[in-house]
Amino acid sequence: MIHFEQVTKAYGGNPAVLRCLNFQVRPGEFVSLIGRSGCGKSTTLSLINRLIEPTSGTIRVDGQDIATTNPVALRRRIGFVFQGIGLFPHLTIAENIGITPRLLGWPAVEIKTRVRELLDLVRLPPTCESRLPRELSGGEQQRIGLARALAARPRIMLMDEPFGALDPLVRDELAADYSVIHRQLRLTTVLVTHDMTEALLLSNKIIVQHAGGIVQIGTPQKLLSAPADEVVAALIESPRRRIGQLTRLLEQGSML
Amino acid sequence: MNTATQAVDLLPAYLGNHILLSVSAIALGMVISLPVAIASARSRRASGLLLAGASVIQTVPGLALLALFYPALLALSAVTTRQFGFGVPALGFLPALLALTLYAMLPVLRNTIVGLAAVDPAIKTAARAVGMTRPQSLLHVELPLAAPMIMGGIRIAAVWVIGAATLSTPVGQTSLGNYIFTGLQTENWTFVLFGSVAAAMVALIVDRLLALAETGLALHSRLRLAAASTGIAALLAASLYPLAGSADTTVVIGAKNFEEQYILSALIARRLADSGISAKTRSDLGSTIIFRALVAGDVDVYVDYSGTIWANQMHRQDEPGRSAVLNQLTRWLAEKHRVRNLGSLGFENAYALAMRRDRADALGIRTLIDLQTHAAELKIGGDFEFFSRPEWAVLQRTYGLRFALQRSYQPTFMYRALRDGDVDVISAFSSDGRIEQYGLKLLEDPKGALPPYDAVLLVSPQRSHDRRLEAALKPLVGAINLPAMQRANLMVDGDKRTPEEAAIWLAEGMGGLRFGVGREEVRNGRRHQVRQH
Repeated sequence: MIHFEQVTKAYGGNPAVLRCLNFQVRPGEFVSLIGRSGCGKSTTLSLINRLIEPTSGTIRVDGQDIATTNPVALRRRIGFVFQGIGLFPHLTIAENIGITPRLLGWPAVEIKTRVRELLDLVRLPPTCESRLPRELSGGEQQRIGLARALAARPRIMLMDEPFGALDPLVRDELAADYSVIHRQLRLTTVLVTHDMTEALLLSNKIIVQHAGGIVQIGTPQKLLSAPADEVVAALIESPRRRIGQLTRLLEQGSML
Repeated sequence: MNTATQAVDLLPAYLGNHILLSVSAIALGMVISLPVAIASARSRRASGLLLAGASVIQTVPGLALLALFYPALLALSAVTTRQFGFGVPALGFLPALLALTLYAMLPVLRNTIVGLAAVDPAIKTAARAVGMTRPQSLLHVELPLAAPMIMGGIRIAAVWVIGAATLSTPVGQTSLGNYIFTGLQTENWTFVLFGSVAAAMVALIVDRLLALAETGLALHSRLRLAAASTGIAALLAASLYPLAGSADTTVVIGAKNFEEQYILSALIARRLADSGISAKTRSDLGSTIIFRALVAGDVDVYVDYSGTIWANQMHRQDEPGRSAVLNQLTRWLAEKHRVRNLGSLGFENAYALAMRRDRADALGIRTLIDLQTHAAELKIGGDFEFFSRPEWAVLQRTYGLRFALQRSYQPTFMYRALRDGDVDVISAFSSDGRIEQYGLKLLEDPKGALPPYDAVLLVSPQRSHDRRLEAALKPLVGAINLPAMQRANLMVDGDKRTPEEAAIWLAEGMGGLRFGVGREEVRNGRRHQVRQH
């Protein structure tokens, strides 16, 4: 569904921030891009809907080289969710959710029905339609961000650390909800995260990026059992250590 | 009629013109600034250059900016006349509009650029990500988010322009400034106050209406937006009302910026009204501007003084005698500019140096020759024009005058400064009522350095063969002698009567019945008074 072939990105005469990326995402897959800050994972994501253009290499979506497509049309058929949420502060919740359908020229009635459906899908009451984003909590706002990305029934969802700014409880809840939506709607999702636990729990394929290149691609199980190098091992180590600590705590609790 | 009532009577015309001018300038300023600001907002360099340019314009004083458009448009008019056979008006609405438009541009430019730059980059990325094209992002996201800031800029522009529009009076555009300029000249403080307060009120009302629109935009309140637009529309409609029905055939009467000119223009207006000719007056014009305006046809008739044209337009420094000056001047006007001199009104309003009688007597100064020995210890005051006029250069050269200090004043304050001892000598006008009122002594000019200043009635080239106009104005020729003019001037300066009242008084006495003095006598009288041949 998404193919990266020898994709490189460099700004001006500086050393490349992404070097020779090769990977593919199959239909229905939930792929996480993970790595430390500055490893190029967000840039990789933005290349997929042409928010950023590659310096060289080819990216295909549904078999078509995206360099030959209209970027605006491309973006309208791909959902995008930001860490910063990026709701339009001057538009109501309904207007925010309905923006892409509106740009695509859907009839008003159809947009209205779709907004209702989506509010239901992201588990928000229909009464918030006429409110402004600032009147909602952070978690609610990100649910709207999700609804907006899903509005025009995209097949592909791109998510750039969508749960990063939320408090842990809200974040787990939303991640779990999205996991269900991903399966229900048979979406293909690419998620950028720096949280290995999140990547392990949500995705069926993880791409580990480091210093502009890919160090390992594999299933969560593969990463846990056979980390390719110390970078991957270090990333895996954190959730492992925490599991150990938690287990010990629980054991102590049951002994009391 | 008291001055307050008179001020109120003039309000519809002054206010209407003021609002129409201001609103046009603000609208034009927005129409130019908004697209330019939007186009340049993406480039830091372009927007920087633009703001720097607009800031430079802003530092030019309002009055100077307005005045500069006059010669600029005059030159443009000459070009269009040659190329396309029609001219552009260099006086009145157009120069005022253009200057004020420039004034309106900076705040709108600045706030639009700043407002667009302040939009959160994450929101702009989101706009692209949901599939907006660049214009869609601008229209649906960036401009709405920058709107409160842009409205703030428009509010600043509106207040600036409404204030600065009072300065458009000297370029011949009627505005609330007419109260201020006329009031300043005739020491009619009611008028000055009335004009200032009216302009401030308009600025305040417009500012409140725009503030309402601004909060309406910020809060998405359709009610507030509707209320604001209704208010602005009502203001516009009210401003257009008094302007209805002014035809192109209207004769434009010009007046310079002092009492005598107000009185004479009012007198001309009366004559024309009596003959059924529609006319309007443009007052407070500078003496060079008014002559150019006459030649260009922006003014159709006004009273000038022979010496002024002799020295300033003909660049003559000799003094061949009164009738020779008049004859040569009439011929020069007709041949060079196709301007018609209908004739002399019957009095002179000469430039003459004046001192307080007590001071002059104490120093033993009677003539300009006497003045020479004391000049180094004395301070001289002049009106705004005087020190740049050729007559001043001739006076200085002829009598070797070097004063300790020279200062320019608005004429009213010049007389006050002399009375209060701030200056010792001033450039007085011989027909000025204040010469008697303040007990001033006009210094004699034994070497004849100053030309004669006969009041002459001039008609523009395109009206020079207008028989009706000529018939209406001809009775003024030879009808006003010096005492009559001085008395009329004093009515305005001293008795606080309006120029119209003084004009009526002059009109009633016309035909010599009231004055009882022949022209010859007056001429001799002034000769003795000022020059003493």
